[in-house]
Amino acid sequence: MPKDTGIGASPKRREDVRFLTGDGNYTDDINVHGQAYVHFLRSDVAHGRITSIDTAEAGAMPGVVRVFTGKDFEGVGSIPCGWQVTGRDGKPMQEPAHPVLAQGKVRHVGDPIAAVVADTPAQARDAAEAIMVDIEDLPAVVDMKAAVADGATKVHDDLENNLCYDWGFVEDNRDAVDKAIKDAAHVTTLELVNNRLVANPMEPRVAVGVWEKGTDNYTLYTTSQNPHVIRLLMGAFVLGIPEHKLRVVAPDVGGGFGTKIFHYAEEAFCTFAAKACRRPVKWTASRSEAFMSDAHGRDHVTKIELALDADHNFTAVRTETYANMGAYLSTFAPSVPTWLHGTLMAGNYRTPLIYVNVKAVFTNTVPVDAYRGAGRPEATFQLERVIDKAARELGVDPIELRRKNFITEFPYATPVAVEYDTGDYPATMDKLSEIADLSGFDARRKESEAKGKWRGLGVNCYIEACGIAPSNLVGQLGARAGLYESATVRVNATGGITVMTGSHSHGQGHETSFPQVIAEMIGIDESMVEIVHGDTANTPMGMGTYGSRSIAVGGSAMVRAAEKVVNKAKKIAAHLLEASDSDIELKEGKFSVAGTDKSVAWGDVTLAAYVPHNYPLEDIEPGLEETAFYDPANFTYPSGAYACEVEVDPETGQVTIERFAAADDFGNVINPMIVSGQVHGGIAQGVGQALLENCSYDSEGQLLSASYMDYAMPRAADLPMFTVDHSCQTPCTHNPLGVKGCGEAGAIGSPPSVVNAVIDALHSGGCKIDHIDMPLTPSRVWAAMTGAAAAGHGTAEGRSVGGEV
Amino acid sequence: MASVTMNVNGKPVTGEIEGRTLLVEFLRNGLSLTGTHVGCDTSQCGACLVHVDGEAVKACTMFAAEAEGAEVTTIEGVSNPDGSLNTIQQAFQDYHGLQCGFCTPGMVMSAAALLKDNPSPSEQEIREYLQGNICRCTGYHNIVKAIMAASGQDVSRIAAE
Repeated sequence: MPKDTGIGASPKRREDVRFLTGDGNYTDDINVHGQAYVHFLRSDVAHGRITSIDTAEAGAMPGVVRVFTGKDFEGVGSIPCGWQVTGRDGKPMQEPAHPVLAQGKVRHVGDPIAAVVADTPAQARDAAEAIMVDIEDLPAVVDMKAAVADGATKVHDDLENNLCYDWGFVEDNRDAVDKAIKDAAHVTTLELVNNRLVANPMEPRVAVGVWEKGTDNYTLYTTSQNPHVIRLLMGAFVLGIPEHKLRVVAPDVGGGFGTKIFHYAEEAFCTFAAKACRRPVKWTASRSEAFMSDAHGRDHVTKIELALDADHNFTAVRTETYANMGAYLSTFAPSVPTWLHGTLMAGNYRTPLIYVNVKAVFTNTVPVDAYRGAGRPEATFQLERVIDKAARELGVDPIELRRKNFITEFPYATPVAVEYDTGDYPATMDKLSEIADLSGFDARRKESEAKGKWRGLGVNCYIEACGIAPSNLVGQLGARAGLYESATVRVNATGGITVMTGSHSHGQGHETSFPQVIAEMIGIDESMVEIVHGDTANTPMGMGTYGSRSIAVGGSAMVRAAEKVVNKAKKIAAHLLEASDSDIELKEGKFSVAGTDKSVAWGDVTLAAYVPHNYPLEDIEPGLEETAFYDPANFTYPSGAYACEVEVDPETGQVTIERFAAADDFGNVINPMIVSGQVHGGIAQGVGQALLENCSYDSEGQLLSASYMDYAMPRAADLPMFTVDHSCQTPCTHNPLGVKGCGEAGAIGSPPSVVNAVIDALHSGGCKIDHIDMPLTPSRVWAAMTGAAAAGHGTAEGRSVGGEV
Repeated sequence: MASVTMNVNGKPVTGEIEGRTLLVEFLRNGLSLTGTHVGCDTSQCGACLVHVDGEAVKACTMFAAEAEGAEVTTIEGVSNPDGSLNTIQQAFQDYHGLQCGFCTPGMVMSAAALLKDNPSPSEQEIREYLQGNICRCTGYHNIVKAIMAASGQDVSRIAAE
């Protein structure tokens, strides 16, 4: 029987009620008395030198409070980057300045040049149009390989060139990998593009900056996944505001998917301008602004080689990747193609030798940073695509080839510096085979053929590293922050509990799932537990939500704090029961003395803690509130196997997803309903990447896909019902809940199965095509089918941003 | 500035607007009905969907002045009279048809408009009807399921989780 409360139950989400009635409190719903509005004038060219800005006319327009340009921010810090990667030559990456408003040059379409603060949004917008800007156009750097060629135009004049870093991993393996590939019985090579995407949470970014004259305190309301990180980055590095004078609030946030991790110029602007204008300043992004200012995702161009011996054992993997950084380094950008990508290149397989080379490149495009999966989808895609290609070349079953090479013993130390603690890859593959009804595929293919359609089956595995991350390890890898999480468990006199967590919920349902854990530990009703998050004023310093870390790291911090609470409560109970605290047991909300019928209720103990009339005051303090900071000992390693079935219309190249199944191993699961929902959403984003979505620039650096007219978001009719399962559970060995995290799996695991399925369908129709680059739009599939594929598709020509939307 | 009068959620309201003021701006800023959201600027996402004289309308695509004298219903006006969730809202909660909640008001209003015209839509009819509502969180699986359940259809055969 499924449980109806506690760990493993699926209670209805309590946050839903306010969202379903219009009572949510998103940042744009916040209006501060007297606020003014800012409109940013953004560059409409990719690269140019600002020769003059005339704001006189704009400044005189109705309602205008003040017009700001880069000059106003000369004394202000650069938007910082939170991760430093060291190149193969031992030198740190090249790190350009990132001004709040452009200083001298514009470097991508959307780069903010000036900002108008006015009484109304319309007045600000009207006045921004009256600003006269002269820009001397410079050649746009768009193609990554051209960007690093000798003599290329530089995005940043003060850097040596456009190469941010050239990273080798593991450098010591390089010669052995080269030799293994030279000596291999078979080598499969694939060149591919991991297309640039835009995260597109449905809520555009918003910031409201407030400054109080009487106290010199600042408040920033912002759409963030990690308000403490914004407070630290903006306060310490950009504006010079000490953390105790700055409060950052991220209330209800309408989706993040990574792009709301980062500190953005608009946040710093609103906070700065609030003091400069002596008025609160609000900014609400339009969707078009979101497309040209939210950090983008993916955008890798990769060559991968897989070496196999005569028995089809994988002997080596070698990759070379060009990773687009865009025009500036976003908060965690350098880590994505390196430590979140290179370390995953072993996948689920016993490949003894791996070498990964990544060249990170500056271009005149929007900065690129983490998007759902962040590096791990790129690793999974290339590995699972090259394995499929190898199976086809060798004439073996792609599932059997995977099974033959599965890691089966744990812990397993990969040749790329991580140690998987647990997993059972044959079990998830078996489960997939069952839930996807793989044995029925041939019959379904015949049915499709009878309708004149080509049907294909694509299967892949994935592994990801999440529960990010052990601070000492990431410190060695270049992180400029620790990646622990915090929680305060505050027990009230009447027994109710408030948990203040550094994790942030923007769709994940923490307000429901976190109380399930506390209720299970103490044996009280979930309704007695309230979760507080998203406000630096009332939560302990926390690192926020990304990298599928909330329950694995934030949940663990909460468990540690709750354990401290329980230990203290047992001492109080022992006093009340006149017993030794080592004899006290807590079960079903009651403290009892082992082996007796003496007991005292949870509420009696909590009351005693705050009304300490009969209390061991000489031994312990009154009150019942504890804080814990949890720093994980390792990453967690969710894994799984995914299957996609597609139909391809041979008349048009149109691909439809007919079936999709996902068998995941997330370790222990707190709320199966929420976990399934996370997988559904991840799959939709992965299918979106594979079939629909493409952030597209032309060769002049003009952003072609800056609205939902041009950027194809997955709609309801593009997707089928999904079959998902997470009953294969190998609990994580190093966190107290045995959980691994589930937020990104769907987006990591799904793109290769979709592409594998389309290639399979095309082969069944007699089109012997090795690869088509995502998104597999009808035009691309049709071009590949008819041999008319545009030069460069599948040949990693240096950019993923062809002028096609 | 001009004056506009309409009935919103059954109550008469009057406000000052500019000619260019959109209905969604009037609802959000003029009436503080912030349940209606703005997710795009091209009338694609449907987060701002409300009912005007019983028809589904994207409130970002209509001037406030055009709603003069109209009956407007927003997400704030659809719960049961006792404040409890209505059938569609309740189905969204029961079947986990929302995550971040931002697209949800538009989804609920869209679903209500669909079920008014088609009381028992098929899965495919629901998917096609939702063409104008984008959700980035759920993959639509549970939204479609919730709408089918709200229409009284048995959804027990659809993958539960």
